Amino acid sequence: MRLLSRTYLTLAYVFIFLPVAVLVAFSFQDGRLPVPPFKGVTLDWYAKVLGNDDLVAALLNSLLVAIVSSLIALILGFLAAHALARVRLPGSALMRGVFIAPMTVSYLIIALGLLNLFTQAGIRPSLWTAGIGHVVINLPLCFAITYAAMGDHQRSAERAARDLGASEWRVLTLISAPMLAAPLAAAFFLSVTFSWDEFIIAFLLTRFDVTLPVEIWSMLKSGLSPATNAVGSLVFLVSVSLVILLELTVFRKRS
Amino acid sequence: MSLQVRERRLGWGLLAPALIWTAAFFVLPFLGMVALSFAHMEGREVVRGFDPGNYTRIFTDPVMLGALWNSLEITAVVTVISVVLAYPLAAIIAFRVPARWQRLALLMAVLPFWTSYVVRSYAWLLVLGQNGVLNQALLGLGLLVEPLEIASTRAATVIGFVHFFVMLLTLTIYANLIQLSPNYARAAQDLGASRWQTFVHVILPLTLPGVVTGAFLTFVLCIGDYITPQILGGNTELTLPQLIMLQLGRSGNFPLASALSVVLMAVVTLAYFASSRWLRLDRV
Repeated sequence: MRLLSRTYLTLAYVFIFLPVAVLVAFSFQDGRLPVPPFKGVTLDWYAKVLGNDDLVAALLNSLLVAIVSSLIALILGFLAAHALARVRLPGSALMRGVFIAPMTVSYLIIALGLLNLFTQAGIRPSLWTAGIGHVVINLPLCFAITYAAMGDHQRSAERAARDLGASEWRVLTLISAPMLAAPLAAAFFLSVTFSWDEFIIAFLLTRFDVTLPVEIWSMLKSGLSPATNAVGSLVFLVSVSLVILLELTVFRKRS
Repeated sequence: MSLQVRERRLGWGLLAPALIWTAAFFVLPFLGMVALSFAHMEGREVVRGFDPGNYTRIFTDPVMLGALWNSLEITAVVTVISVVLAYPLAAIIAFRVPARWQRLALLMAVLPFWTSYVVRSYAWLLVLGQNGVLNQALLGLGLLVEPLEIASTRAATVIGFVHFFVMLLTLTIYANLIQLSPNYARAAQDLGASRWQTFVHVILPLTLPGVVTGAFLTFVLCIGDYITPQILGGNTELTLPQLIMLQLGRSGNFPLASALSVVLMAVVTLAYFASSRWLRLDRV
């Protein structure tokens, strides 16, 4: 590598990792403020955070919403992608557009629209309403990933299974889904990380039980604190573990 | 014939759940929002009807116009800076980093992408704040006499955004660069093109769809984001999403919030048509 490339790469990494490094470093701050000077190392803030019932409840809520909404998005997206990739239907280009469309709409607008809808229908904000919103934002992703992954050799395998008398349900569950295991897993884990981290929809569509980003948001209002750093570092740890797991299993296999 | 009919019926059956979900929770709420944007408030009551008053207000009230303008400026600046910073990074990873380290280099470049969105803005506050890491470091080195005031300004918002979108764009641009056959560059150089000419006339045009798609995503996500300007920019100057949230919270003015959202949608739609020639949204 040339000197210039090397310098640019180094500077880029410094910029990219700077906030995360500061966040993690000052989560161990033995003092009340997460800013310099660094006063020593303590794990008190982690103990405090893990002993905080509201935070732990919010974390479990986030996981629940993320997993359930991602599963629904994955199933809906996979079935729709399968239909559009296999069956010639009138208006299929239009439908592809409709499924992708939520990707181009700000989460805030999706949240506001759903808030209006639920208010008028007399449905109260809850984890369920937030979960519905998360399916809306993750469906395009799951659809696009699985649709892009459906290739010709799968089509032949499916046709063979059908010719041998398999019902469509068996074709889907025994042929298509296993052949698409990697993209399906990728779509699912991406959805989980997006949902688990999503703020504005969860903020507007939950009330008493909230998700983790909403709980962190209310922590921020009381000012800077190493406790917030500790929560942030834990969230980072969880997300990064997911990504590395995905990298080591799904993508390693593919290449 | 009957096979075709059966196949179609099956197709619609498989499509139905996703179609119904999208219609009920995406299309319907959106239409409802457009309808609500033509209502107005009397006291705390929403009065429905066809009253374009909210839109007149948005395009005449200096606060609202200001927020729209702030959002457009910030988004434009962020999109341009992010593309300019991310392209070389993606190119270095794709062409200069040895093949066996590429995957790791890329993973590293986007790792902080996975920090919580709320926490990431907060972390920048720790870096940029008045007694934050950056100021303390510069003061300690004697490079500054007084701390810089970056937090609660537009600069902080832009830095926070650029950080996020450089990662996103590096990912999309890298994906594009790596798909290019090296033969294009080889052919250009065999025909006597310099490295720079090869880049400008061959590589760049070939990666334009990827760049534009990434830039469009940046535009959409940036202009609709509430968190980053709220945490890093403070309340000194408002962006459109901040204004929308203000309408929801303080005054409960859903019709005005809806009208502002429709304007936000319109801006994104314009950006979509401006870039649609090169957009490949289904291949993100």
